[in-house]
Amino acid sequence: MSPRLLSCALLAVIAGCGREAVAPAPRVARVFAAASLTAVFTSLAAAFEKEHPDTKLDLHFAGTPSLVMQVQQGERPAVFASADEANMQKLVDARVLVGDPRIFASNGLAIVVRPGNPASIHRLADLATPGLKVALCGPEVPAGRYARQALGKAGVAVSSVSDEPNVKALVTKVQLGELDAGIVYRTDGHGLDGKVTLVDVAPEHDVVAKYPIAGTIDAYGADVGARFVQFVFSPVGQNILQSFGFRAR
Amino acid sequence: MTTRRPRAAIVGALAATFAAGLFALPLLGLVLRAPWREFGRQLLSPAVGDAMRLSLVSSTFAVVVAFVLGLPLAAWLASGSSAVRSVVRILVMLPIVLPPIVGGIALLLAFGRNGVVGSWLRDWFDVSLPFTTPAVCIAAAYMGVPFFVLCAEAGLRNFDRRFVQAAASLGAGPARRFFFVVVPMIAPSLTAGALLCWARALGEFCATQMFAGNLAGRTRTMPLACSVAMENEPDLAVLLGLVLAAVSAGVLLLLRHRVLVRP
Repeated sequence: MSPRLLSCALLAVIAGCGREAVAPAPRVARVFAAASLTAVFTSLAAAFEKEHPDTKLDLHFAGTPSLVMQVQQGERPAVFASADEANMQKLVDARVLVGDPRIFASNGLAIVVRPGNPASIHRLADLATPGLKVALCGPEVPAGRYARQALGKAGVAVSSVSDEPNVKALVTKVQLGELDAGIVYRTDGHGLDGKVTLVDVAPEHDVVAKYPIAGTIDAYGADVGARFVQFVFSPVGQNILQSFGFRAR
Repeated sequence: MTTRRPRAAIVGALAATFAAGLFALPLLGLVLRAPWREFGRQLLSPAVGDAMRLSLVSSTFAVVVAFVLGLPLAAWLASGSSAVRSVVRILVMLPIVLPPIVGGIALLLAFGRNGVVGSWLRDWFDVSLPFTTPAVCIAAAYMGVPFFVLCAEAGLRNFDRRFVQAAASLGAGPARRFFFVVVPMIAPSLTAGALLCWARALGEFCATQMFAGNLAGRTRTMPLACSVAMENEPDLAVLLGLVLAAVSAGVLLLLRHRVLVRP
């Protein structure tokens, strides 16, 4: 690098620093959320940041058990949104939450099938049809546990060809045509019109998935996190959740 | 200059210590957190047994493919140089550097029910590979065999052709020359290649989950079992991790061993 080029680069860096110093640094809070909340929380966070321009949310999505483990290992997100109550209970037991977790939304189950439903699957019992390739999420993932509960209620025995690690992976494999059907959340068809078809599980077999949210103790940006939790419960937040197919709490 | 030298030595030693720590500490974490009392009971559980069996079957399959298909390929690659050979070599070596998830997606799009080859397999033979044990084996071979081809080709290229000429002058045919002169003389390269192939196939995770799915007893190999256990039984995950780490260390020891690989 020539000296002139180097000084140009240095100037650019200094100028960049200067500009950043003029605007006040946004107050950052870290949000841990279940993988199945990826789309809706991205939207919620964008709306929240628009309402509170001085804040910034660092969103972190993964399977709920992985997130729980990270908190158990000492991570302290300002907000923790879990895909189920059982996993949240582990954090309650570990005494790392601020107050009690509150349910902010709920979800139901649906059967995801190929576009237009060529195998004409209309209820859980149809999943037992021989020759169909059906997969569930693993029983260690909330979606997999709910799916097995629903099948149990319907008295249907399904031989799953694979225990998929999360609902998104399952939906993708149905979309690619490698699977004929799987059990996922009702919200998983959002934005996939024409690529997959979702068939709601009958109310008598359905399992209501409840999503709890809470802050963790000693978290950086705890006040921003608390405001975000309030926002999720506000009419604006609940509207966004409903627009993604979630039921209000 | 003389005063600077000791300081440089200290800085170097510190850097080396940090580097060694970077690799030693994670393993220490695994060893310290391992539920040693549970070791025997957990390892003998049927779920772990199934995963071990699948891992052994698929990684051994990869080594068999390496010798049956990889060795002729390496022989052809080593037998000259041409543009075609270069292109084929890049294709074969690609899985070594390719992120495994890309390998898995590629396998699914090629051999899946609606894949380039898979749809043909389905229409003609009524065969569907994804979510089956053969799919696990294919993923293992796809990821492992390139290491064997790499080592075998290097061995063949360093091989002194005069031995073959001598054997030919004594009346040995091509097959006899290859199997009784060339193969024994490049055995160290082949052994090293086979070990690397086996170890890579044993550790295969991403492509397997993408292409073969994850079902206990059918496609859940040791690394997949380790990943599932991390979600609900971290102790078991640590244990499976230790077994895999021990096997990997064993492979490295064998590679260093003079009987197998002459330095």
